[in-house]
Amino acid sequence: MNAREKEEYLREYSILKTQGKPFFPYAVFKDTAMAAITLGVIILMAVLLGAELGPKADPTTTTYSPRPEWYFFFLFELLRVVKPPELVFMATLGIPTIWLMMLLLLPFYDLGPERHPLKRPIAMIGAVATVVGMAYLTILGAVAGSPAVIELEVAPRYEEGKLVTASQGCLGCHKIGESGNTLGPNLTHIGDRLGRDAIVRTLLNPTAPMPPYVDLQEESPEQFEQLVGFVASLKEEMPPPEESEPAEQASAEQK
Amino acid sequence: MSKLTPPLPKFLRPAPPRPSEKERSSDNGEPNGKPGRADKLRESAGEGGAQVVGWLDERTGASPFLRGALYRKVPKGTNWFYTLGSATMFAFVSQAVTGVFLAMYYNPDATRAYESASHITNEVFLGELVRGMHKWGSTVMIVLLFLHMARTFVFGAYKYPRELNWVIGVVLLVLTLAMGLTGYLLPFDQRSYWATIVAVNLNASAPLIGPFLADFLRGGGEFSATTITRFYALHMLLIPGLIAALIGAHLYLVAKLGTTAPPWLRAEKKELTKEEI
Repeated sequence: MNAREKEEYLREYSILKTQGKPFFPYAVFKDTAMAAITLGVIILMAVLLGAELGPKADPTTTTYSPRPEWYFFFLFELLRVVKPPELVFMATLGIPTIWLMMLLLLPFYDLGPERHPLKRPIAMIGAVATVVGMAYLTILGAVAGSPAVIELEVAPRYEEGKLVTASQGCLGCHKIGESGNTLGPNLTHIGDRLGRDAIVRTLLNPTAPMPPYVDLQEESPEQFEQLVGFVASLKEEMPPPEESEPAEQASAEQK
Repeated sequence: MSKLTPPLPKFLRPAPPRPSEKERSSDNGEPNGKPGRADKLRESAGEGGAQVVGWLDERTGASPFLRGALYRKVPKGTNWFYTLGSATMFAFVSQAVTGVFLAMYYNPDATRAYESASHITNEVFLGELVRGMHKWGSTVMIVLLFLHMARTFVFGAYKYPRELNWVIGVVLLVLTLAMGLTGYLLPFDQRSYWATIVAVNLNASAPLIGPFLADFLRGGGEFSATTITRFYALHMLLIPGLIAALIGAHLYLVAKLGTTAPPWLRAEKKELTKEEI
């Protein structure tokens, strides 16, 4: 906007203002009504949805998958969508920071005098794209359900173990394939580094902060075995899906 | 008036009448020129409210300011979309009020935080309602904030001369999200704990300042008992204080610059020229 356009706007605005109504009581009435609606909605949500309090925070159990407040879903989902590790910092901070700076500085690069939304196509396309993107990521995050799903193709005999591993919350800290978090060591090729016995030892007597899985071994040794079998199978060169003998064994066990 | 009674203390003695009052009392006074004490009391009681307002106004000079703020005109075409900002502020006030009540019972100690949250939810009178209002109030505030921002964007209201108010608004958005992040840990259940761990680790992955930011949030290299008091202080003192101050600045600019008219409206210039003539 140049000086003439600024002057024009101010003049037009001052005329519009004299043709308007006084703030009190007209705008004050609408604001009060809206405030009452806001309070009503808050109380209604509080009554209908309550204030759920989950189990107490326990740093030693990792069976809990982290789940942020819904308005942070898009950030978490962004992290999940961006796969290559060298680009992860772009997802966690790069894209949100760039987006925020563009938002903050909007009035300093969008300098056109036009205010009508239909006459600002670039701005409106950018805004709609942003809203659609954020809404899409939020919905993805909402329906992602339990993040305790390991997206990995494994031999049928390890399917059970994969389910057990997912349900035990290993992904809360560890990454397996494309799933999970990066707090603990990456387990994608753990089978190359640790043998079966070493894995059992780690599970029963881990280094903090990893919790021990003694309870699982005592309560359902079968599941524990499946878990160990799955984790030990995680190798750079995965065993071929169709391996006759163990596969038959597994299916026989299932029957 | 008996001469035997001790003199009244200075602050109880009637003030000497002002010149203007002297005139009035001489007009309305009794024939003997002494107005009755009861009459005087009744008169001053009736004017009590006006006197208090007058007293305040004389010392603050607020009335021209208030008159300007209340009776300033809002431009033609102002509609319900313009209530979103004040509704966001109202949601913040609701959060502040319910937050104060929660703070009366909450204990920001890693060993007792969960117990106090559970005490609020299960035992305190209306505790679950207030906690629910605080929890869902954050959702309502975020939604209203985004809608308010969308209105501002679509109406082009961030343009000259309101650029600074847009910047303040974006800072308020970031601070509100920070409130959501810091408040999420405080109930200290599994969900809040693990979500906060991940959120802090995300901060740590930022280039350059990331590790420092994460250490600052955690109050050290590891998640510890300090973390929860730190989040508590940020959530209760620092961020809400900043938000309140910035809302004040935001409102000052709104009152000073005026709200925009819908961009599809044009002033009716003929009418005005007629009026002027």
